[in-house]
Amino acid sequence: MAEKTEQRQNFLKGIVKDNPVFVMLLGMCPTLGVTSSAFNGLGMGVATLFVLLMSNIVVSLVKSQIPDKVRIPAFIIIIASFVTIVEMVLEAFIPFLYEQLGIFIPLIVVNCLILGRAEAFASKNNLWSSILDALGMGAGFILALTALGAVREVLGSGSLFGWSFVSEDANTFILFILPPGAFIALAYLSLVFNRLTVKTS
Amino acid sequence: MGKKESTLTSMVLSLLVITLASGLTLGYVNDWTLEPKAQAKLDRKINAIKLVLPAFDSNPLEDVIVVKPAQHQDSIEIYPAFKDEKFIGAAVIGYSDRGYSGLVKLMVGFNDDGTIENIAVLEQKETPGLGTKMKNESFISQFRGKHPSSYNLRVTKDGGDVDAMTGATISTRAFGESVQMAFEEFRNYAEANYLLNQ
Repeated sequence: MAEKTEQRQNFLKGIVKDNPVFVMLLGMCPTLGVTSSAFNGLGMGVATLFVLLMSNIVVSLVKSQIPDKVRIPAFIIIIASFVTIVEMVLEAFIPFLYEQLGIFIPLIVVNCLILGRAEAFASKNNLWSSILDALGMGAGFILALTALGAVREVLGSGSLFGWSFVSEDANTFILFILPPGAFIALAYLSLVFNRLTVKTS
Repeated sequence: MGKKESTLTSMVLSLLVITLASGLTLGYVNDWTLEPKAQAKLDRKINAIKLVLPAFDSNPLEDVIVVKPAQHQDSIEIYPAFKDEKFIGAAVIGYSDRGYSGLVKLMVGFNDDGTIENIAVLEQKETPGLGTKMKNESFISQFRGKHPSSYNLRVTKDGGDVDAMTGATISTRAFGESVQMAFEEFRNYAEANYLLNQ
């Protein structure tokens, strides 16, 4: 029973208690950079979830074979390989999303969320816990990026997931699709998120 | 569970194995995605050409002509289109480096008499919500059916005929310059090959 609650905790902590974006403030570069629309946020979130899941699996499997002194370079090679795979597959099969995310795909390599989970969790825990941890953290990241993208798209472009509800020439809050708007929207979302979770826990 | 000790051999060996495995995997994935990647690029081009030209039955990508515009750095492509072996127009790339944030690149479709059929924006980095409105129907529609020899592609502020986008005169100028470049290259090409329908 204790085992089961612990596993559930491994999964759930990434979504609420240790949400990578709103609570731990990890991976800020893609968070602020690509969330000018809800779809971009979702796409980036899914790409990151995939890399996170695969790197956690591999790191957890090979952890006992890697000498301590070279563990960081070893993790980076593993992560970079999966990022490159994601980049090639996106370019081949979802060119639209590939163009939208642009430079931020290769930059998933330096997303501290992924290296952070490899170092802090997957290298110390077994395979199943690491998978749950990656899924939880990834889901938390997707939720946060999609929410941020949705807020910025609604305010900045007057649309949601590309579905526009104002006329083509309407004046929207352009600020929110520009970089400063990302900081403002993120700050308010974190505020609301932390307020709500503190109350419930 | 004992960690491996960090001796020189174990460090070299473990890194070697990891890099080898990653290299092999990447090589395999690269091989596998090579064709779809090239296909996706072609599809994007042919879709843009289809968007800016009336129906054609030739393959403009095969008939492409590359020219270097005078006083410009990069060469551009002209995609002539034919229907029943008859020239119906061409899609021409035009660009300007003088957008608000640099490069603006368009594909302009001309009919066989030189009037503009349609315009597609290929690349731009203009300000979201201001300069990006160049992709909007309401902006592009003012160019359709116009002949650049009688329709001045400058902004009204500069004595031309183009209504600037609100708050984005510089982007509009770059757009006009790109269309102008495409038109000049189209005219040179069509006149040299006696294709222009006067």
